[in-house]
Amino acid sequence: MTAAREVGVAQGIPPGEPSAIELRDAGLGFGKRTLWEGLNLSVAQGEFLVVLGPNGSGKTSLLRVLLGLQGLTGGSVSVAGGVAGAGNSHVGYVPQQKTLGGSYSVRGRDLVGLGLDGHRWGIGLRARKERRAKVEAALAAVGASEYADRPIGALSGGEQQRLRVAQALVGEPDVLLCDEPLLSLDLAHQHSVSELIGTAARESGAAVVFVTHEINPVLKFADRILYLVDGRFRIGAPTEVMTTETLTELYRSPVEVLRVREKLVVVGADEAGCHHAEEGED
Amino acid sequence: MGKLFDFGTTGELLGFGFVQQALLAGALLGLVAGLIGPLIVARGMAFSVHATSEIAFAGGAAALLAGIGVQYGALGAAVLIALALGLLARRGSERDSVIGAVLSFGLGIGILLLWLYPGRGSNKFGLLVGQIISLEGPDLTLMITCTLVVLVVLALIYRPVLFSSVDPEMATARGVPTKLLNPLFAVLVGVATSLGVQTVGALLVVALMITPGAAAARVSSSPLVTTVLAVIFAEVSMLGGIVLSLAPGAPVSAFVTTISFLIYLGCRVFARTRPQYATPAIAT
Ligand SMILES: Nc1ncnc2c1ncn2[C@@H]1O[C@H](COP(=O)(O)OP(=O)(O)O)[C@@H](O)[C@H]1O
Ligand SMILES: [Mg+2]
Repeated sequence: MTAAREVGVAQGIPPGEPSAIELRDAGLGFGKRTLWEGLNLSVAQGEFLVVLGPNGSGKTSLLRVLLGLQGLTGGSVSVAGGVAGAGNSHVGYVPQQKTLGGSYSVRGRDLVGLGLDGHRWGIGLRARKERRAKVEAALAAVGASEYADRPIGALSGGEQQRLRVAQALVGEPDVLLCDEPLLSLDLAHQHSVSELIGTAARESGAAVVFVTHEINPVLKFADRILYLVDGRFRIGAPTEVMTTETLTELYRSPVEVLRVREKLVVVGADEAGCHHAEEGED
Repeated sequence: MGKLFDFGTTGELLGFGFVQQALLAGALLGLVAGLIGPLIVARGMAFSVHATSEIAFAGGAAALLAGIGVQYGALGAAVLIALALGLLARRGSERDSVIGAVLSFGLGIGILLLWLYPGRGSNKFGLLVGQIISLEGPDLTLMITCTLVVLVVLALIYRPVLFSSVDPEMATARGVPTKLLNPLFAVLVGVATSLGVQTVGALLVVALMITPGAAAARVSSSPLVTTVLAVIFAEVSMLGGIVLSLAPGAPVSAFVTTISFLIYLGCRVFARTRPQYATPAIAT
């Protein structure tokens, strides 16, 4: 890895505290409603944590806490060895998919470049060569070089999502937070985006928090799963969490987990989750 | 038609000090408008620029009535209203209607104030349709100061403003202080708009602040190329408009808006020949 990254690791995560993310007795609520509380979670460097749960269970809110955009109601949080703060340069983020572009559009390479240094002051005339090389490498890593000069508004959802991944990876983060990056991608793209994030994190030793509805594309990378349902949660290895007993307990209604040709099929969760999602709207 | 294009007279007039001052003022405005325009387009602020210019007009008219320099009234009012509009939620559902209400109110008040003004003054309708070429001339000291302030501040905040314009959610997550930048950028827009009101007039500021940026965005998606093109387009419209208006003695703004619009049309046509590099016409 580059020198910048080594410095980042050395400063970002002090020795003796190997975890990239540390939540202690953390709780979050809005008004009277509690999303989750008593959450103790420590994610190690290089660990891949998958976050599952129905709509409204507080997955995005958890990422917002880790980004420093949302304060906890109780407990404490530390990210990359420091406070969870907006603009922590050790943290990369892939937001929930939203189409980009409009009356004014930039190119894919500009989007990735802004992920690298868009939060800095000035015009950014210095070290342009170095910047270019980094952006080029990030674009190549996600296979976006070919369309990097086209305006993002003219790209498909899958192409935009690859750029999002490059944008998050270009800063060589220690912690990578992904919010449903597979949403509305077709199966082939779900696999390629999962593969990208999984292998990039493995190579760089970054910790990943991966929120998703689709577990199968990331199953082979998942070290642990955090499953949130209506304020209840379970943390553990995929084999512990993704069982008929555990999910039935979490959803408080019959849910069955089947293993079909290396894939997990969860039956009944959507029905049980729907009722909850409606509750989450108000 | 002969009266419209009398090059002899034009050449003669170009020798005059007040014409040269007008050209300098126009060049400053073209520079500011070209640099800031693409960002205004990116942030979807075109309509709020229009409202700001009408309020600047009312401010200028109030200053005229009070016997203060018109330029100070326009500047003060523009900065205040731009700040207020900048503090409105960026894409709130009510935003358009609030701006519309403010715009028509500004125009109405301005017209009332002008009507109350007893003098005939060349200033009177200049605020609406432009008064850049007049014997009094533009207030160059104020214009140069404002231009410098806008350029320096814009250079400092350019990258984070661009980031938060094209990708607001990500910018916030990466620590761009959008709560500070939105009103700050709005103030810059206010200053730039008031420069426009003093030169091309309140009704036509948009032709200079928005059209060049929008035209440039049609032919390129590179922020650098778009900005350079927007400056060139704004300068050509502004300086070209002034020079063409000399011989017939017609209002500058008519020529500025025509040139600006022709460039915009040209860019749209050009974009059709190579759509892969331009912003798609319909947001997908
Ligand atoms: N700032 C906020 N104020 C009030 N309620 C909020 C806020 N942010 C999120 N919520 C509520 O918290 C719940 C969880 O939201 P979210 O974290 O987005 O869920 P998920 O990502 O799991 O679908 C939702 O019901 C949402 O309405
Ligand atoms: Mg969510």
